[in-house]
Amino acid sequence: MSPTAFGWLILLFPLLGCILTAVGFRRERGVSAGAIGSLAIFLAFVCAVGALITLLGRSESSRQVTSSLWNYTFTAGVDAKLSILVDPLSVFMALVVSGVSTLIHVYSIAYLKSDRGYARFFSYLNFFVFSMLLLVLAGNFLLLIVGWAFVGAASYLLISFWYRRSTATRAGIKAFVINVLGDVGLVLGTFFIFRHTGTLDFLRAFHAAPHVFGHNSTDLVAGCLLLLVGAFAKSAQIPLHTWLPDAMEGPTPVSALIHAATMVTAGVYLIARMHPLFELAPTAADVGAIVGCLTLLVAATIAIVQTDLKRVIAYSTMSQIGYMIMGVSVGAYSAGLFHLMTHAFFKALLFMAAGSLISAMGGEQSLDRMRGFRKAMPFTFLCFMVGGLALSGLPPFSGWLSKDDIIAYLDHRGGGFEVLGILGYLGALMTGIYTFRMIFRAFFGEPVEEARELERGHLFHPESGFNPATGELEDADVGFPGPEHHIAERALAMKAPMAILAFLAVVGGVLQIPGIDASISRFLSPTFADSHLAGLDPSTGSAWVGLIIGAVIAVAGIGIAYRVWVLAPGTAARLQARLGRLHTFLLNKWYFDELIDLTVVRPAGWLGGFAESVLERGVIAGGITGGALGVVGAFSAGVRRLQTGFLRYYAAAMLVGAFGMALYFLISA
Amino acid sequence: MPIAWYLVVSALIFCIGGVGVLTRPNPLVILLCLELMLNAANLALVAFSRMWGNQAGQIFALIVMVVAACEVTVGLGLIVAIYRRRLAVNVDELNELRG
Amino acid sequence: MSAVLFFLAAIGALTGAIGVVMLRNPFYSVLALVGHLIFLAALFLLLRAEFVAAAQVVVYAGAVMVLYVFVVAYIGGGDEPLSTVGGGLKVLGPVFALALAVELCIALLGTGLKGVSARGAPYVLGFGTPREIGRLFLTSYLFPFEVASLLLMVAAIGAVVLARRRRGLEGGDEAESEVPAIRPANTGTMAESTGVRPGFATDPALEDPERAAAITAEGGW
Repeated sequence: MSPTAFGWLILLFPLLGCILTAVGFRRERGVSAGAIGSLAIFLAFVCAVGALITLLGRSESSRQVTSSLWNYTFTAGVDAKLSILVDPLSVFMALVVSGVSTLIHVYSIAYLKSDRGYARFFSYLNFFVFSMLLLVLAGNFLLLIVGWAFVGAASYLLISFWYRRSTATRAGIKAFVINVLGDVGLVLGTFFIFRHTGTLDFLRAFHAAPHVFGHNSTDLVAGCLLLLVGAFAKSAQIPLHTWLPDAMEGPTPVSALIHAATMVTAGVYLIARMHPLFELAPTAADVGAIVGCLTLLVAATIAIVQTDLKRVIAYSTMSQIGYMIMGVSVGAYSAGLFHLMTHAFFKALLFMAAGSLISAMGGEQSLDRMRGFRKAMPFTFLCFMVGGLALSGLPPFSGWLSKDDIIAYLDHRGGGFEVLGILGYLGALMTGIYTFRMIFRAFFGEPVEEARELERGHLFHPESGFNPATGELEDADVGFPGPEHHIAERALAMKAPMAILAFLAVVGGVLQIPGIDASISRFLSPTFADSHLAGLDPSTGSAWVGLIIGAVIAVAGIGIAYRVWVLAPGTAARLQARLGRLHTFLLNKWYFDELIDLTVVRPAGWLGGFAESVLERGVIAGGITGGALGVVGAFSAGVRRLQTGFLRYYAAAMLVGAFGMALYFLISA
Repeated sequence: MPIAWYLVVSALIFCIGGVGVLTRPNPLVILLCLELMLNAANLALVAFSRMWGNQAGQIFALIVMVVAACEVTVGLGLIVAIYRRRLAVNVDELNELRG
Repeated sequence: MSAVLFFLAAIGALTGAIGVVMLRNPFYSVLALVGHLIFLAALFLLLRAEFVAAAQVVVYAGAVMVLYVFVVAYIGGGDEPLSTVGGGLKVLGPVFALALAVELCIALLGTGLKGVSARGAPYVLGFGTPREIGRLFLTSYLFPFEVASLLLMVAAIGAVVLARRRRGLEGGDEAESEVPAIRPANTGTMAESTGVRPGFATDPALEDPERAAAITAEGGW
C-alpha cells in the first residue's frame, strides 16, 4: 500500500470511532465505548506506522507524497482539493499524536468509568484526534484551516465536558473565542500568501514562494505574522495564552491529550510546515522566536507560585511550547520537533499522574492541601519523578537531550539568538524549581488525612460535590467526577499507559544524541531539504558543552527546590512575606486576564451596549420600523375617519364625486 | 318634442332621488329614492334609443329594470332582517361598520 | 298633441318624485312612487317604447311595488320626522343635488351637445314592439338576457337566506327579555348568585331572604 493510502486510513479510523460511539451511545453499556474509541485510535497508530515504513521504503527524494480525493476547483474557483500530504513531518506528527492518544484513551477507560457522559467523552476524544490528524496530514491550506477549526471545536467540547459546572463552560467559551481569533489570523495569513502564490497547495506554494516574494517583502511578513497569530492562539503563547490555565477545568485525560501533547503543538507544526515562508521573512521568524522566549519565561515565573496542581503543569506546558516555538522559528526544526515528541511523553505522563493524585484527594486540586503521598501512592510518585526529571532536563532523560538541543542550536546561530539561548537556560532553571516544588510539596512531608487513609487501603470520597474553585454545589447527576475515583495503583488501564509513557520518557532521547545518531534529523530531512537554516547544526563538541551546562542547571534547579521545600520548610513562607508584591503579581498571572478584560472585553461590551441601545433600539426599531409603522398608521388613521358608518355620508360622497366628474367633462367639452 | 326635454326630466328626477337618498333616515324610503334614480336612468336610455333608432337602449332599460328588481329584493330582505333583530330601522343608528 | 301629453306626463312624474321624497309616511311614499311609475310609463309610450312601458307597469309597478307594500305593512311606518340628519347634510345634500341638476341642464340645453336637440331618428316599423325586443333578446343580446336571469336567481336565493327564521334566535314578535337558562344549574351564574333562580349559593348569608332582597334591590352584585 502506498503511504497515502495509509494516510487516508489514518483519518478514517478515528472518524469511524467518533461516529460509532456517538450513534450507539444509548445502547452501549460498560466500557464498550471506551474500547471502541481506543481501538479506533490504535488502528490509526498502526496505519501511521505503516505509512512510516512505506515512506522509508522510498528513496529520499520522493518522500513527499500527496493524494487528492476530490477537486473543488470548479465550485470554489481556487485550486481547493481534498488532499493530504504524507511526508516525514506529517508522519512524525501523526505517530506522536496517534501514539500518545491511544495511551490516553486507554487511561480514560478507567479514569472516567462511572461518568454518565462516558460514550460522549470518547466520541469527542475521537473527533479531536481525527481533527488533529487532519491538521497534520493536510496537503493544502484549506484542509489545514478545516482541521484547525475542528480542533478548536473539539477543545471547546472537551473543556466544557462537565457542562453543568459554570467554571467549565466559561473556560470552554474562553478557549474557543481565543482560538477563533487565531483562526482569523490563520485565514488572513493564508490569503496574504495565496494572493501572490496563487495556489492553496503546500508544495506548490512553497516552490513558488522564492520566486514571487522578495526577501522580507511586506506581504509575506504580514502573512507570516498573521499565521503566527494563529499559532500563538493555538499554542497558548503570549498574549493569547489566557485560555490554557482555565482549560484545566476539563477532565484530566483531556488536559493530557489536548493541552500537553497534541493541540497546543499545532502552532509548532504550523511554523515547521511553513518554514520556507518563514525563512523568506526573517522578521516574522524573529517575532516568533521572541514571543516564544517571552512566553517560556513568563510562564515559568507564574508556575513557581501556582497552587493548583494542574495549573502548574499547564504553565509548564506553556513554557515548554515556548521553547519549541523559539526553536522552529529560528531554524532548529528537528530539535524543536524532537522536543515536541519528548514533551508529549513526559507531559502526558505528568498529567496522568496528576489525575491519579487528584482522584486520591477526592477531586481536590489545590497543592496547599496535598502532602506526603509518597508511601500511599508509590507508582504515581514514580511516574511524577520520571516525568519531573525528564521535564527538568536531567540526564539521561529524554527532556534533557531535546531541550538542550534547541538551546545549543540557538547558541550556535549566534548574534541575538545567543541571548535567547541564555534566557532559555534561565527558563530551564526555573523549570527545575517549579517542577520539583510541585513534587516535593505533594509527596514529601507529613501525610495528610487522605494519604493516611489511602495507606490503610481506603480511598477518600467527599460526601457531596463542591466545585473547588467557586464552592458552588455541583450537579453530580449529570456526570461529574462520579462517585468513584480511580487511582493508578488500582486500575490497570491507568497503570499500563503511564508505564509505557514513563519508559518512553526515559529512553526517548536515544533517537537524537549529538555525535552518536541523528535519526530524527535524518528522517525529517526530506521535508526540510529546501531550508537553508536546518543544516546549521552545532558541532558535536559544542553540543555536548551545551548539554553539560543544561544538566548542571537542571541539578541546580532541583537542588534549590529541595532546599526550599524539603530541607528548610519555612523558607517558602519567608520568601513570600519578603517579596509579597512580586508574589501577588505572579499569582495574578502577570495580570494578563485583567489587561485583556480592560482592553478588549470591556470595549466590546461597550460597543455591544451602544449598538443595542442606540443603533438597534433607536435607529432601527425606533426610526426605521417605528417610522414606517408611524407613517402607515397615521395614513390609515386618516383614511379611517372616512368610514363613519353613516350611510348617507357615503351617498353624499358619491354624489359629490359625480358632480365633480360631470363638471370636468363639461369644462373640457 | 326634442329629446332634450325628456333628458331634462330625467335629470330632474335623478336629482330629486338624490336629495331623498341624502335626507331621509328610513332605509325603506332611501330604497324608494334609489328606484327613482334608476327610473330616471331608464328614461334617459329610452330617450336616446328613440333618438338613434337603436333598440339596444330599450333592451338596456329592460335589463336595468331586472337589476332594480333584484336590488329591491335583497334590500328589502335586509330591512326585514334588521327589523327582526330588533334593531332600529334608521340608517343613522346603523353605523357600526366603521373604522 | 304629443307636447301636451308630454307635459302632463312629465309634471305627473315629477310630482310623484317629489312626493316620494317629501311625504312623511313611508306608505304614502310608496304610493307616490307607484304614481310616478305610471306617468313614466306614459312617457315611455310617447317615446315609442311600448314593450318597455308595458313592462314598467306590469313588472315594476305591479310586482316590485307590491313587494314594497308588503314590507312597509310588515315593518309598519308611522309618521316620522322628515330628516334626523345633522345640520350639515340637511343643507348640503339638497344643495349638491341642485348643483348636479343645474349642471346637467346646462349640459343638455346648452349648445355643447348637438345631437340632443334633434327630433329623433325616422320611424322604423316595429320599433319597440315585443316582437322586435324579443328577437333582439334571443339573438344579439342573448348573453345579457341569460346573465340577467342568473342575477334574478341569485337575488331570490339571497332574499330567502336573509329573511329566514333561525332556530334559537327567535325574532319576530317574541320578547327577548326572558333569557332561557342556557347554563345548567349550580354553576354559579349571575342569576343564581343574585337569587333570581335557586342554585349555587356561595354565601350562606344570602340565605337570609331579607338581605338577599336588599342586595338585589340595590342592583345586584
